[in-house]
Amino acid sequence: MEITNEYIRERLVEKFGEQVTGFEESFDMLSFESPKDLNLKVLQFLYDDETLKFRFMTDLCGVHYPDNEGRELAVVYHLHNLEANVRLRFKVFTSVAQPDVFSATALFSTANWMERETYDFYGINFIGHPNLIRILNVDEMDYFPLRKEFPLEDQSRIDKDDEMFGRGEIFQ
Amino acid sequence: MARPVRFNINGDVKLVKEGPEGLMGEGFFATNLDKVVGLARKNSIWPLPFATSCCGIEFMATMASHYDLARFGAERVGFSPRQCDLLMVMGTIAKKMGPVVKQVYLQMAEPRWVIAVGACASSGGIFDTYSVLQGIDQVVPVDVYVPGCPPRPEAILDGFMKIQDLVGNESLRRRNSDRYKALMNSYGIE
Repeated sequence: MEITNEYIRERLVEKFGEQVTGFEESFDMLSFESPKDLNLKVLQFLYDDETLKFRFMTDLCGVHYPDNEGRELAVVYHLHNLEANVRLRFKVFTSVAQPDVFSATALFSTANWMERETYDFYGINFIGHPNLIRILNVDEMDYFPLRKEFPLEDQSRIDKDDEMFGRGEIFQ
Repeated sequence: MARPVRFNINGDVKLVKEGPEGLMGEGFFATNLDKVVGLARKNSIWPLPFATSCCGIEFMATMASHYDLARFGAERVGFSPRQCDLLMVMGTIAKKMGPVVKQVYLQMAEPRWVIAVGACASSGGIFDTYSVLQGIDQVVPVDVYVPGCPPRPEAILDGFMKIQDLVGNESLRRRNSDRYKALMNSYGIE
């Protein structure tokens, strides 16, 4: 049978009811979200189901929405059914004050490095991850550089002259 | 009768005055040891290219036949720190690469010199961002900075000649001085 977005949506609603929300299609790819406590259950269901078979994780990444009160950080799972060549995006949101999300490493081995990267740049704390340390940045870094509250420039510079960077008073 | 010389009879042949100040006489020449050692060192520098980006490509052009770094006695670029005495850092150094640069520097034997080629190695350049080291002088002491993004081969040669001046005029006692030791200590190098 062909796995359409409507079918995936039906199956998810049948299984999780009101818990799965925010269904939308962009460029023919379905995306939806669920509460962050359910993320492993949803992933497990998509993995185990004999017709859905989303058994390959293409990517896992973070997004920062500083204006969404209580939902500042998103974790996005990109799933792929390799047999039917169907892709899917699944998001969970968490607050920046307590960025705890259950780790998907037990289900997908590839989540190990991807979650380390997401922790490295966004500070999302993946509960149950076997080795949650920085992977791309230096260990001495004490902030999460892809969160939007951090300016892009290196904050350790003391020799910078704003006039030279188009931020001085003459440009105001 | 020999044939008369017909060409190049009006121009003076100029010889470069190489050689230190000293007393010269019939069959002897006396000068300071400093100057002799400096002369030998400056004309036989072995560079160690640490090329990470576009400045490294400019350095390749500098090494090639048109600009020919070999004219300065620097024919032998060593890709090992063991016998080299000039570390040439060319290109962006990420913060994660910093310890590697320092390790290469530590593995070089004294006397050693460092040249930072291009904006990135000198100050981080346009990459004023969380992942890039804002100048290699945060990790190792630097003798000469070459500006440019990337600098032309002429600029690299100019920086190299500045290094030669430093090497030729350096006192043999400089590296035992308290000031030099304090500089090394500020980088955590014993």
